[in-house]
Amino acid sequence: MAEHPTEAAPPPPTHEKREHWSGQTAFILAAIGSAVGLGNIWRFPGQAYEHGGGAFMIPYLVALLTAGIPILFLEHAIGHRFRGSPPLAMKRVHRHAEGVGWLHVAICFVIGLYYTAILAWALSYFFFSFSLAYKDDPAGFFTSDYLQLGEAGTFSTSFVPKVIIPLVAMWAVTIVILALGLHKGVERLNIVGIPVLVATFLVIVVRALFLDGAADGLDALFTPDFAALKDPQVWIAAYGQIFFSLSLAYGIMITYASYRRRRSNLTAPGLVVAFGNSSFELLAGIGVFATLGFLAHREGVGVGELDGIAGPFLSFVTFPATIAEMPGGAFFGALFFASLVLAGLTSLVSVLQVVSAALQDKLGLKPRTAAVLVGGTSAVLSIVGFGTTTGLYLLDTVDNWSNQLGIVAGAITMIAAAVWLGRRGHELERHLAAVSTLRPGRAWLWLVSAVALLLIYMFVDKAVTLAIDGYGGYPTWYLVVFGWGTVVFLALVAFLMPFLKWRRDISRFHPWPSREQLNLPADVGERHTEDYDPRGRS
Amino acid sequence: MNGSAIALLTVSIVLVWGGLGVSIAILARRPENDHMPEGGEDTRIPD
Repeated sequence: MAEHPTEAAPPPPTHEKREHWSGQTAFILAAIGSAVGLGNIWRFPGQAYEHGGGAFMIPYLVALLTAGIPILFLEHAIGHRFRGSPPLAMKRVHRHAEGVGWLHVAICFVIGLYYTAILAWALSYFFFSFSLAYKDDPAGFFTSDYLQLGEAGTFSTSFVPKVIIPLVAMWAVTIVILALGLHKGVERLNIVGIPVLVATFLVIVVRALFLDGAADGLDALFTPDFAALKDPQVWIAAYGQIFFSLSLAYGIMITYASYRRRRSNLTAPGLVVAFGNSSFELLAGIGVFATLGFLAHREGVGVGELDGIAGPFLSFVTFPATIAEMPGGAFFGALFFASLVLAGLTSLVSVLQVVSAALQDKLGLKPRTAAVLVGGTSAVLSIVGFGTTTGLYLLDTVDNWSNQLGIVAGAITMIAAAVWLGRRGHELERHLAAVSTLRPGRAWLWLVSAVALLLIYMFVDKAVTLAIDGYGGYPTWYLVVFGWGTVVFLALVAFLMPFLKWRRDISRFHPWPSREQLNLPADVGERHTEDYDPRGRS
Repeated sequence: MNGSAIALLTVSIVLVWGGLGVSIAILARRPENDHMPEGGEDTRIPD
């Protein structure tokens, strides 16, 4: 088959040089650091509450086992076998699939622009917490005093110094971490940051559980509404939550897996990452709703009557309102916002590492040069877009389109390129079996394809809804320019970047284990009939 | 808390945190595959 190279050649004695994690633990912590982010803290509790309370955990766990873990394994297999950033790895999967990798890179680039703005807000609120500056009117403080919000549906060029200063600081920190390279930068951040994050959040949750009204909050979150399980939207919400929460289809896990040594276990660490992410999510849900229960108790209302129990308003309005009422509020406020910064920073670095790695692979840049190029460009765009009085509206719009359409498209195209068109499914399954302690089995491939079909439905459903109903009450021109414009940008990057010439020789690559070692015919398109026993008994 | 909320909270904790514990135990007991094919040595880049 002309679409694929013949891979009969045995592995060469030496392989191309690539940065590596120092060990398995470093990789696991970095992958958890990427997965655990702002979405775990402010998205999961709201999703669970709105979709059946405790009953949501049933589709959530089904989604984790049938979609989250299988797609995580797929990304680990692609990155580890084809050893590159998403564009390079996908090009090695199928010579016409490089654009899929660039789609992932473009998504990461866009997310990095606004994610940093949220971290800048959290950094500001960390300092505000010491004086409880938001105490009197948390909503007014956030929108008027801090963000100085302008008119919705407009694009302002009035910059807000209170936002720009922490934004510049966050970009400086991020660029330094990326420039230090994988081992000294990304890895050390996560080795220190993740244990600190978990410990900090545990302190917050334990404190929250002893607040008056905490039980009411947990009641609101966990009381099951089993009738909700008959609603397909609840299941879609659960699959969406797992998908977004695990950082799937951004290319992050492809990139991180490419830094693992070739002789590395993939599946068992993948399980630790997946369950670690969900464990933190559950911990966050308990902490957030125990705290909301306290606020409802103080205000003499039900938890369901509170405004802003998900998204940025949970963190920057509802939580500050609660903190202001708590004994020792300044201390716990500082802890909470420090947790947000830390959780977000480990995710932000992973997102930008994808962009940096892609430029290193394509243009032959050194990590430091790529970090400064990516970080510098992103910082300027981020400040221009999100450092103004309309930054919140832009963030809301770009986030919605890049998440709901961009990432889902990234997943569909990745599966289509690797499994359906590239016909690499069995090769990747055998790769996982050859290097790992747990075999994924053939059911894994069926699950991956089934997930893709579900994602196609989600994509079409969302695209039609956005096209017909619009979003957030914003004017049509605004959604066309900044919402659909984001999608056009992603598509252009995916289409145009493959035309750019590779600045280094990528032709001498041979996957390990070879197809022969995996008991597969040399030609990728050829049907195989022989089984594979990873212990060598074929 | 009501009974059903306590039950769902308990089940969630057992499954999710239990899943993490079991995954870590599996990994700790057998961190690497002892039966990998030959080859696959990496060239490390100096820091």
